[in-house]
Amino acid sequence: MAERADKTRDVIVIGAGHNGLVNAAYLARAGLDVLVLEKNDHIGGAAVSSVMYEGWTYSNCSYVCSLLRPEIMRDLELPRHGLQVIPYEGGATMMRNGDHFATYYDHDVFREEMRRHSRKDAEAYDHYSTAVMKQCRWIKPLLLRTPPDPTSFRPRDLQELLYLGKHFASLGERDMGELIRFFTLSIADFLDEYFESDVVKAHFAGSGIIGTALGPYSPGTAYVLLHHYMGDIDGSVGAWGFARGGMGSVSSAIAASLLSYKGEIRVNSEVAQVLVENGKATGVVLANGDIIRARKVVSNLDVKRTFTKITDPKDLPGDFLERVTKFKIRGSSGKLNISLDGMPTFNNVPAGHSSLRGDLHFTDSMERMERAYDDWKAGDWSRDPYVDMLLPTQIDPTMAPPGKHYMSVFVQYAPPTLSGGRDWDGPARQQFADTVINQIAACSPNFKDLINHYEVRTPWDIENEVGLTEGNIFQGELTMDQLIFNRPVPGYAQYKAPIANMYMCGSSTHPGGGVMGAPGANAAREILRDLRIHGMDPRQEIEL
Amino acid sequence: MNAPVTKPIHVGLKPTPFIERLRPLNKFESLEYWKGYWSPADYGNAEREYFAIRNTSSVFDLSPMTKYRITGPDTVAFLQRMVTRDVSKIKVGRVGYTVWCNDEGKVIDDGTLFRLGENHFRLCCQENQLFWLSHSAEGFDVNIYDETDEVTGLSLQGPTSCSVLKALGCEGIETLKPFEMRAFPFAGGEVVVSRTGFTGDLGYELWIDPSLALPLWDGLQEAGKPFSGVEPIGSHALDMVRIEAGFIAAQVDFVPADQAIRADRARSPFELNLGWLVAMDKGHFTGRRALLEEQKNGSKYCLVAVDIDGKYPADGSIIYHHKETEVGHITSGIWSPTAKRNIGLASLLVPFGKTMLDDLWVEIYVMRELKWEKLMVKCTVVKAPFFEPARRRATPPLTY
Repeated sequence: MAERADKTRDVIVIGAGHNGLVNAAYLARAGLDVLVLEKNDHIGGAAVSSVMYEGWTYSNCSYVCSLLRPEIMRDLELPRHGLQVIPYEGGATMMRNGDHFATYYDHDVFREEMRRHSRKDAEAYDHYSTAVMKQCRWIKPLLLRTPPDPTSFRPRDLQELLYLGKHFASLGERDMGELIRFFTLSIADFLDEYFESDVVKAHFAGSGIIGTALGPYSPGTAYVLLHHYMGDIDGSVGAWGFARGGMGSVSSAIAASLLSYKGEIRVNSEVAQVLVENGKATGVVLANGDIIRARKVVSNLDVKRTFTKITDPKDLPGDFLERVTKFKIRGSSGKLNISLDGMPTFNNVPAGHSSLRGDLHFTDSMERMERAYDDWKAGDWSRDPYVDMLLPTQIDPTMAPPGKHYMSVFVQYAPPTLSGGRDWDGPARQQFADTVINQIAACSPNFKDLINHYEVRTPWDIENEVGLTEGNIFQGELTMDQLIFNRPVPGYAQYKAPIANMYMCGSSTHPGGGVMGAPGANAAREILRDLRIHGMDPRQEIEL
Repeated sequence: MNAPVTKPIHVGLKPTPFIERLRPLNKFESLEYWKGYWSPADYGNAEREYFAIRNTSSVFDLSPMTKYRITGPDTVAFLQRMVTRDVSKIKVGRVGYTVWCNDEGKVIDDGTLFRLGENHFRLCCQENQLFWLSHSAEGFDVNIYDETDEVTGLSLQGPTSCSVLKALGCEGIETLKPFEMRAFPFAGGEVVVSRTGFTGDLGYELWIDPSLALPLWDGLQEAGKPFSGVEPIGSHALDMVRIEAGFIAAQVDFVPADQAIRADRARSPFELNLGWLVAMDKGHFTGRRALLEEQKNGSKYCLVAVDIDGKYPADGSIIYHHKETEVGHITSGIWSPTAKRNIGLASLLVPFGKTMLDDLWVEIYVMRELKWEKLMVKCTVVKAPFFEPARRRATPPLTY
């Protein structure tokens, strides 16, 4: 059957990732008839939880929460729909010499710990924090605003440009320069301005490379660090937490909110193509051939996938398509999700130590971090990878049986395609996993014995299952050339595709990746604006 | 199983050399958070402690105070470049209060410089400054060392403090002038006594090796017995007397410029009423160009002492001109038990506090039996200090 008896919807959202769901929920809240179509049998995209080993829940992809905008949590009433975000403290880098560098919640205790590694660094830390905080204060008000088109003379763009200019000028002369520098610096250069201890630098540098196919010495990575710092939990800027029940709870809370506004979600409904008639998007064609029509079509897929896989190139302007093809969306990371029969012990830190409740790492020098990137350039996974490892079950009692633990291990670097004609979907996947397991076991004598089961996710797996091109977790790299009014590509930063009635709402758009929800909310605001529906205007800048 | 090669650091408050004596006295476990050290807020009755400072003698543990030792051939040149005062005028054996600024002429912190030798200074300050000090030291032949945990400080303040020190055995202490220091033999070692403090009263600060901290404590208690005792005090009482003295505190009356996140929060020495610390004639120092510019064009803010009607402390209250326009706020405010006035320090937007002195009002929220009420009370710009006894500057100090 060519055309099912589906009525024409107000909006179809392609993809039930967190941004697609946020977008749909805002639109449904405004009274629109919204349908979300998801190719998988589950929703959430990269914000998912699943049971792969009886009794254990994995956060298969994204694993910690900080960036999800509090405005969205409020607007969509996510706490009422079951979302609980529990902050965690601690974290440590385990060093090759057997020592460690731990972070502590208490400022003065943390300073004492840094003093152990460098007296100067202990005192530099406050200056470093102030510098990062200044950048955060600048970027945060822009997250839930549509970037202006700097080449347009529409009153609205001029107004936004003026806002941006004023906002920039409010920094004061010195910090205006600092901001420009910050957006272009490497994380290594930025940290060098404050710290001398290698382990202190390596510990902080992690946030500058996570999810990015750049090394710590590559320009642009300082901004990536900021991207990881600009969230907050209950007003504590830069803090991270666990979504109780795993990251799937974020998606299910947004979905519940959407359903409460009478929106609809269909799983196992892959979109094969966006239907374009007379230059206007009019609906979608599903993989099974069904056609569903809508007044507006929104894609939550990354920009590359949207316009090279489910849009007919003939419907697109050539220059735009060319830029989309060149969009930097390089995979750089993989992941292991591990079911453990108990809490592993570590050589570097005693059992029960507070640092173990946070993010754990083994890369104790900038050199090791950069070398890990060298392997990626050569088309291989890092022999000595940078890992961001957490055991959420020390805090979240819902993800494993009592006394047992779930370990989430984010691994960088892993290239989207392997050199030498090797295929990720072969022995390489296991070899990659062994590299990571051996690295952990080198610091944890009982680790291997505790493993019940593990899931390995290479960039290839992430692309195949979640749909992220090359397995890039941010739907496109967060470098200056692809940020603000250049995200995803110049001229198209306002969530509108070059095809009438078609929009983009994924992390490929401003302000980018992480489980933030801002692209979805911003796109919803643009759609409502085009439909002349009020109730979602740009927010006032009030420091609350 | 292998034990970790490095034991994790201690999580909790850091003890000071006096803790053995102080903890049992702190019956209500009332502590102030001071850089992670064990530091008392009060010992159960801040008023009694306050009156010890103004009536007899008080002791306050200064161990957590940040102390840097600065030595080397370029010490004076380095300090001349870093701080606003003319350091060459601080003679060996003397102490000078100063501030230091960033390149924009905004105050990073204030502190006291103890000149222990020709090329040997100790800098005592509130904030950690190693980062700024080591940056500022580039190109100078100096050594900067954080000696916070190696030099124990104890503040002895009050009208009887000179007599107590005499009884302790500090022969000739009565000839010590304000901002002078001198070493006295004590318990087989020595105690360095400086006539300095944060109270605006007669008082001394005692500097000693941590191993002699407890004998010093016990010695003072014994020596104070005939003089109505030596009372341990906490930070609450100290805060009251420093406001009476018109002294400012970092993080309270001003934001250290290197920690200010918002562009308009930092203040210059002129804006903190500390213009007298700026020696423009000494040659180049960090922030000088910006300060010259400010002298020419005028300051944006000012810090003044104010007398507020009524009895309710106005700490944190907003100040209005003509009860309408916001022109500043009270940075520190208390009821002064000695001056019997409601006093405060205020940050105001110039010309208010400079030429516009009339029609200033403070909005104070008071809770009367669980009901919040708003008061709009008059506020008058006055001259600090609010209390200045003659004994503070007299040498020898008058016998209490």
